[in-house]
Amino acid sequence: MNMLIDILSGVFLAGGAFFCLVGSIGLIRMPDFYTRMQAASVTETLGAGLMLIGLILHAGLTLVTAKLAIMGLLILLASPTSSHALAKAALMSGLKPLLGPRGSKKEVPPSKP
Amino acid sequence: MLTAATLALLVTVALALARAAYGPSVFDRLQAASTIGTCAMLLLALLGFLNERPEFLDLALTYGLLNVIGIIAVLKFIHLGRLVNKSAENVEDA
Repeated sequence: MNMLIDILSGVFLAGGAFFCLVGSIGLIRMPDFYTRMQAASVTETLGAGLMLIGLILHAGLTLVTAKLAIMGLLILLASPTSSHALAKAALMSGLKPLLGPRGSKKEVPPSKP
Repeated sequence: MLTAATLALLVTVALALARAAYGPSVFDRLQAASTIGTCAMLLLALLGFLNERPEFLDLALTYGLLNVIGIIAVLKFIHLGRLVNKSAENVEDA
């Protein structure tokens, strides 16, 4: 039973690490700010979430697990809020989203008549 | 497995730093800063497990909270050009 929990925590940690890497690669390769924001939220929700679950399994039922659960709750509540504030501030400051491939006609949204 | 996860997080921080350095607009840099904050939080938790010191988790929690508040404060400064409301500026302290 103990062996199973260790294996499971290792699998969750590996999954979390994988999604952290996927998110950060997306942060580099995505063409536009708003698409990069989606990539970054992959790191924050999936990467951090799976890693915290792996740590919770590794820690067992102690006070440490409560702290890890609170940390998971914080990430799941606070990071969407800050992403929303970031996107709203970016949009209101005039950062246009990229609608077409760079350099094509559809790149910048048509200005409203 | 804990060290593998720590290495993956360090690579994530390195890539986010690259985005922060290159990022054309200030909001890309803020996005990278937010990602680095979350990764730092996770790194603290992992190091707390590696060195068998559970008080690192309190550090990670505090760091996560401060990170969110810092991002919101910088956004307000960028958006409004100032942090203190205009009405409160010319109020002399009694």
